[in-house]
Amino acid sequence: MNDYNFAYLDEQTKRMIRRAILKGVAVPGYQVPFASREMPMPYGWGTGGVQVTAACLVPEDVLKVIDQGADDTTNAVSIRKFFEKTAQVAVTEKTTAATIIQTRHRIPETPLNEDQILVYQVPIPEPLRFLEPSEVETRKMHALEDYGLMHVKLYEDIARHGEIATAYAYPVRVEGRYVMDPSPIPKFDNPKLESPALQLFGAGREQRIYALPPYSKVVSLDFEDHPFDPSKAPHACALCGAADSSLDEVITDDAGGRMFVCSDTDYCATLRAAAS
Amino acid sequence: MYVAVKGGERAIDNAHAWLAEERRGDPAVAELGIAQIRGQLSLAVARVMAEGSLYDPDLAALAIKQARGDLIEAVFLIRAYRTTLPRFGTTRPVDTSAMACDRRISATFKDLPGGQVLGPTFDYTHRLLDFALAADGLPPPPAPQADPGSAADQMPHVTGFLAREGLIQPEAQATTEPRDLTREPLDFPADRPLRLQALARGDEGFILSMAYSTQRGYGRTHPFVGELRIGAVTVEMEIAELGFAIDLGEVVLTECETVNQFAGSKTEPPQFTRGYGLVFGQSERKAISMALVDRALRWEELGEDKVGAPAQDTEFVLYHADNVQATGFLEHIKLPHYVDFQSELELIRRLRAEASAAQPLQETAP
Repeated sequence: MNDYNFAYLDEQTKRMIRRAILKGVAVPGYQVPFASREMPMPYGWGTGGVQVTAACLVPEDVLKVIDQGADDTTNAVSIRKFFEKTAQVAVTEKTTAATIIQTRHRIPETPLNEDQILVYQVPIPEPLRFLEPSEVETRKMHALEDYGLMHVKLYEDIARHGEIATAYAYPVRVEGRYVMDPSPIPKFDNPKLESPALQLFGAGREQRIYALPPYSKVVSLDFEDHPFDPSKAPHACALCGAADSSLDEVITDDAGGRMFVCSDTDYCATLRAAAS
Repeated sequence: MYVAVKGGERAIDNAHAWLAEERRGDPAVAELGIAQIRGQLSLAVARVMAEGSLYDPDLAALAIKQARGDLIEAVFLIRAYRTTLPRFGTTRPVDTSAMACDRRISATFKDLPGGQVLGPTFDYTHRLLDFALAADGLPPPPAPQADPGSAADQMPHVTGFLAREGLIQPEAQATTEPRDLTREPLDFPADRPLRLQALARGDEGFILSMAYSTQRGYGRTHPFVGELRIGAVTVEMEIAELGFAIDLGEVVLTECETVNQFAGSKTEPPQFTRGYGLVFGQSERKAISMALVDRALRWEELGEDKVGAPAQDTEFVLYHADNVQATGFLEHIKLPHYVDFQSELELIRRLRAEASAAQPLQETAP
């Protein structure tokens, strides 16, 4: 497919995106506005992540794309094919073999290393959005480090439910400064946000990029007497037996039968291969 | 033993093959040509060009064919293609007062220089299904031709008459290059050029409903259609190497200027004010809607009160007008959300278990 530039976007656009990424790395957790382009997949389907990946890719890269932790979900397949076609890069399903991993809603179970980049697809980058709909106001709140509204929301959760009733997209504070939305990963994944890998977040429709440089301090918001709890389903994977992974619940019949399996398909397959 | 569903790749390929078959329809029926769509569905083509922000009737017709007539999908195809086009430069502002008008009407003056020209309009047709069109019919009888004597300079803008008397607020001359919505992230406060860009490529249905809401009292602006004109204008570009402007071609535009009552405010004397709409192709509904919404969004610069109407809220209108953004984000909820839903399931189960554990006594009471 030579009708398009390497990785689809023209070099000027990639340069613009790289500048936004560099600014994001320099100010961890800060949402950098960028002139997001229309991509050939719909907004909300990973256009931000795709643009960030396109700007980072070099021909030697090995790309892995996951959605819900799995390499074989339809949208992951579609995005992986897009880069196979437009960038002709090697692709893999192995977390350890990848240099760039684009993800939606999960962080791989296998720990990442310093030579890897994890690119998140982000639907709503603003952690304060559902408390304050105006972008003008939320930018002001970040500038003034005015996060009282968020703490009140978490407190009200505890007052009503006895715990913080946020199960995914659980807000974090980065390097003691910006409150950041980690994208809709389950809160089980939040501890993995402190990582040796570079983590980049792209929100195409909302035109924002932000970043967690390697080893950034990332604290999930909580209270001293209600510490953060990265809970998961109290089961082990029915396929590989892992008790330490995030699980999908699979309905097996219409009589209440169900089983729990790893959402990270590569992790599950690796454990099963090692066992057999 | 359950095996996780594999084969997403094959499913996608098969789905695409089926889609291609459905798009073609019954192979016994002749296939639609691009020229047919361009010529006979020209208002659909105009809408796709306007909301796709790309003036190319052939590409728009191709997009409509590929999208099986889904115009928002066609707009999306055009936008995605537009992303890949290099930008050579910027044209001069088009001169709509020199438009070769097919249609030009004013609702504020019964007669005026250049006259009222109805042009090819649905306005006074009776909406009766014409069954003759269902049969492969004869060409329609030729429309009467007038002497094309009326030159464009005899069709001055209606608002110019009001401006000469000082009755309408003069428009501020831009001193800086307008920001470009497709090359810079949307940023607030959004000035009028930026708002007009967003409205021009915004969804026709959304802009229509916003405009309609101002007519029904949510931010009322008392509009009159001062003028509506449709026709071709010349596009010129300065070529640095040549030192003068050359004609690149023509585009068909619809322009609407509304004249709005204005009782005056703390900062402005009583006078008429304007709303402005300008859209690619023949698209009156969109141009009029745009003018009404433009005027409603001007409350701040005119020192009017914000009455809390949706059409006055710049962030609300600009963030939600784009149908490519809206449809993508709306439809993305079809994508798998197993992980998030699983987290919610566990949370709900835990909260329910805690809630029922807290009230066992009530249930056992006699």
